[in-house]
Amino acid sequence: MSIGHTLLGLLESGPRHGYDLKRAFDEKFGHDRPLHYGQVYSTMSRLLKNGLVEVDGVEAGGGPERKRYAITEAGVTDVETWIRQPEKPEPYLQSTLYTKVVLALLTGRDAGDVLDTQRAEHLRLMRVLTDRKRHGDLSDQLICDHALFHLEADLRWLELTAARLVQLASEVRK
Amino acid sequence: MTPAGSLLVAQDLHKSYGPTPALDGAGFSIHPGEVVAVMGPSGSGKSTLLHCLAGIVTPDSGTIRYDGRELSAMSDAERSALRRTEFGFVFQFGQLVPELTCVENVALPLRLTGVKRKEAERRSLEWMERLEVADLGHKRPGEVSGGQGQRVAVARSLVTQPRVIFADEPTGALDSLNGERVMQLLTEAARSTNAAVVLVTHEARVAAYSDREIVVRDGKSRDMMLEHSV
Amino acid sequence: MSLLRDLALGARFALAGGREGWTRTLLTAVGVGLGVALLLGTTALPGALNARNARDNARNDYGASVDGGPAVDTLLIGRADTQFQGSDVRGRLLQPEGAKAPLPPGVSALPAPGTMVASPALRDLLASPEGKLLRDRLPYRITSTIAGRGLMGPHELAYYAGSDALKHRKDVTNDRAEVLRVNKFVNPSPGEKIDPVLALLIVIIFVVLLMPVGVFIAAAVRFGGDRRDRRLAALRLAGADRRMTRWMAAGEALAGAVVGVVVGALFFVIGRQYVGDITIAGLNVFPADLDPNPLLAVGVALAVPASAVAVTLFAMRSVVVEPLGVVRTSVPRRRRMWWRVLPPLAGLGLLVPLMGRGRDRGTFNQVQVIGGTVLLLIGVTALLPWLVEAVVRRLGGGPVGWQLAVRRLQLTSGSAARMVNGIAVAVAGAIALQMLFGAVEGDYVKASGEDTSRAQLMVPLGDSSPDRQAQEVSALKDVAGVTTVAALGSLDAGEKAKEPQHYLPVTVGTCTDLGQAATLPSCKDGDVFIATGGAWNPELATPPGSTLYLDPVNGGSVTQGAAVRWTVPANTREAVSRPDPMGQRRPGLMVTPGALPRGAKLPIHSTVFVSTAPGDTTAKERVLNLAARADPLTSARSLNDVQTSNRFAGVRKGLYIGAAAVLMLIGASLLVSMLEQLRERKKLLSALVAFGTRRTTLSWSVLCQTAVPVALGLALASLVGLGLGSVLLRMVGRSVTVDWVPAVSMVGIGAGVVLLVTALSLPPLWRLMRPEGLRTE
Repeated sequence: MSIGHTLLGLLESGPRHGYDLKRAFDEKFGHDRPLHYGQVYSTMSRLLKNGLVEVDGVEAGGGPERKRYAITEAGVTDVETWIRQPEKPEPYLQSTLYTKVVLALLTGRDAGDVLDTQRAEHLRLMRVLTDRKRHGDLSDQLICDHALFHLEADLRWLELTAARLVQLASEVRK
Repeated sequence: MTPAGSLLVAQDLHKSYGPTPALDGAGFSIHPGEVVAVMGPSGSGKSTLLHCLAGIVTPDSGTIRYDGRELSAMSDAERSALRRTEFGFVFQFGQLVPELTCVENVALPLRLTGVKRKEAERRSLEWMERLEVADLGHKRPGEVSGGQGQRVAVARSLVTQPRVIFADEPTGALDSLNGERVMQLLTEAARSTNAAVVLVTHEARVAAYSDREIVVRDGKSRDMMLEHSV
Repeated sequence: MSLLRDLALGARFALAGGREGWTRTLLTAVGVGLGVALLLGTTALPGALNARNARDNARNDYGASVDGGPAVDTLLIGRADTQFQGSDVRGRLLQPEGAKAPLPPGVSALPAPGTMVASPALRDLLASPEGKLLRDRLPYRITSTIAGRGLMGPHELAYYAGSDALKHRKDVTNDRAEVLRVNKFVNPSPGEKIDPVLALLIVIIFVVLLMPVGVFIAAAVRFGGDRRDRRLAALRLAGADRRMTRWMAAGEALAGAVVGVVVGALFFVIGRQYVGDITIAGLNVFPADLDPNPLLAVGVALAVPASAVAVTLFAMRSVVVEPLGVVRTSVPRRRRMWWRVLPPLAGLGLLVPLMGRGRDRGTFNQVQVIGGTVLLLIGVTALLPWLVEAVVRRLGGGPVGWQLAVRRLQLTSGSAARMVNGIAVAVAGAIALQMLFGAVEGDYVKASGEDTSRAQLMVPLGDSSPDRQAQEVSALKDVAGVTTVAALGSLDAGEKAKEPQHYLPVTVGTCTDLGQAATLPSCKDGDVFIATGGAWNPELATPPGSTLYLDPVNGGSVTQGAAVRWTVPANTREAVSRPDPMGQRRPGLMVTPGALPRGAKLPIHSTVFVSTAPGDTTAKERVLNLAARADPLTSARSLNDVQTSNRFAGVRKGLYIGAAAVLMLIGASLLVSMLEQLRERKKLLSALVAFGTRRTTLSWSVLCQTAVPVALGLALASLVGLGLGSVLLRMVGRSVTVDWVPAVSMVGIGAGVVLLVTALSLPPLWRLMRPEGLRTE
């Protein structure tokens, strides 16, 4: 996830202080990992340097970092481009799991076991997400669904691999 | 092997259709109020396991105990009576009687146990309300959408307040949104009545509504939760 | 042109639609084929019956006897008809009187005494273990068989046996046994002109039998219609318009019907081979005689496919095939009543003017009769769907099985009504016919007056001496299975020895035997009674002490004039006569043997009434064997309660054969639709079983689903049938009396077919209710 683009996007609705930005980010996207303030600071100075944001004003007496940021024309264009561009499909854990499965087959261990354990682990996480979805609002649901669909995709790959273990074994052992 | 307090326990089930074994030493257990997913690739025997557990099919060997009673020792009539009163069923397709209105479909299990028509339909409407389909009462299954139809079917499975609900791919014919909603309503309703749910599915997102899963492969079952606790 | 293209396309679907398409076409073809076979059979039946009659005339010897004495071309014929195990055996004894004696048809040479020419069926029967008793009765050696042209049907039991005793019987004894002298076999009397009432009956029978066949064919054309509609929907998606789908459906039906005509012709040809083996109510025809009238056959071959197209187009009117499926609107268009009442009203309009026409033996306009009857019966098929819909809509409540059935009927009342239309028409027609039969029965069926509860056989002993008769009676008594015998002798008493002016019948028998003919106050041997009662007035006063001359003259023997003088004893008492087991009253003197003049060797004409043990089916045969041994020309026979006019029996047989065939046909179609419906809901049935539905619940629903429309159909059929029957009765000039027994029994038969269909569809239902149906993998 690009933190820079996310912060820019938050600024589009109006100028904010750095602290406000962090709070909004955490509230909406930072369920798992809240942002460090330093991260916000370094990101904002990079954006400032690139001319994507500008300082709208500084509040008096509130401390050294009470700067108010606003998005520039260039910044809006940048967000627009980022949103429109499709994300590059990423290999999540196939590489790791594949290595494990192949190693299991090679050493005569039960590869199905590796997959079953992985499925149980996936399902455990999926239950947590499903439960959160049940009690959350719409944005929670959408975010959890996204994670769930990705996990499900992993699981589908996993089931398919399980169905082809015999075939895979004969090829690996060649 | 048998956890204490189980409502429905099966051990070492064997069942063959012709020469091919559908179940080959499968086991199962479920507590009241628990939702257990039965997973596995198609043809692995998960539907057969459900049919055996529900007393629809008699296994060739093995034991199935429901609430302290041995299912294989019961007559066909006794098992039918058990299914009418203690169990509820949701299937993937073709389970609503096309000629009956939705509320009549929901009322059917109650009517089979001898509840008077008016009373049965009143109770059915309550359940249909909980499943958000009360306004479909007087339509026929052919006139409602797949998701609505499936909710009607879930209402029907709950109307007798069964202690075990058997659901065989209940969302198989639905899109994700409808499928999720049906699962949510089903599991909520089951939890509120402390009913156990045996959920056969091959979809992980549906299985995620369960408390634990059992994997069936080549007629054998694995209880992942038990293995982890060991 | 585009119509033809659509028709052809539809036909291609029917013939090349994969396994499912084929199954449907085959089902239709078999259904239509059964109907066509029956139609062909019906067109061939009159010809077959004519041929049969012609053969019967060709061998007829009644009324063929010639006056005058023996000649070189005369043949003596003795009638030796008998019965064996309920079947008639036509028997003739033949004795030629010259070299040119005629040959009966089908016989190549006259049999020598002691030998016979037998029909193939009789030969086989005699050769079989079942025929053992009959062998004793016909002790002739079989030299050859009677050819087909000398027989009524392939299963007729008949023989011609050679004899050398006929000449003596004819010229010397001249006893009661009929011996004829003929010089040719031909029926000299012109054929009876057919009675207009009987003609009406026959016309109605044909209409009543053919209507349900038409209805059945119409139903068969629609077999598997739901599945076809789904296929047509797919075609709509591919761009066909509504009119095109309609004609394609018609094309499919056309293909099924054309195949059906071929199948029907095949069924007919195959069935004809076996028709000789079937004997229904004694009627049995040769396969070769069952030859359809070519014009009618062509008509059938053209009319059936044409009506298949018409029926389909008509039916498709009410089905809206949309691209995404067949629209079954939640509230189907209600059927209107007004136009459905028109056909029966028009039918009545045609029939009512004919009322009273039959009283003075006037004839009926056949077109008008057929038109009126057909319209009335069509009225049943038009009104029934409306009635079913109207009633079913109001049904509710009740147990689950009932609810399932009612809801199903509410959705598909049309097809339900179609299924029972055939039965309804058949029952309506049959009820009308039964009423007509019942009313005119008195004209054609007579109660014979014979009382089979008192005796089962009568054996005439001829005119022989009391000693000889006593021997014969005791021989009869000794036959295994005989319980009682009662011999009653007949004499006449005149006021003088020769050429008396007045006669008094005299019945001779023991006290017990006389009890069969009169109620006696008390009796011992030597008593004499004068029996009164009945319509008869004695011609002679018989005060005790008066003198009479006993003479068996009326017995037909040659001992005329050998009268014996006899005085009416003083102790003669009065008794009340009662009908003897043959239904005849024997008023006059009742005399016990002890009261007859001592030593008088009067030949008395006696009849023995024989009772056999109930359940002993062969006792009768042994009695007849004994009688035949004493006299091959004996007229000993079983007693019957009723006697039927031959022609009437033929008409009724035709009705029974046809009604049986039609009901079987309709039963088969009901079964097919029921099975089809069950197969389509395999999955649903399994789901219902899963949540604990009892077999009985679903069985009830299947039963109710058939029974409700059938009950309505039968109710309407009874109404129309009784109406039609009343009109027909008025037409032949009878007062209208409703005989409930045939009406109820016809309704019962219709209901029986439903029960049978339900019973036959239960095993498949239960098989489909097995949990295996839930498996999708």
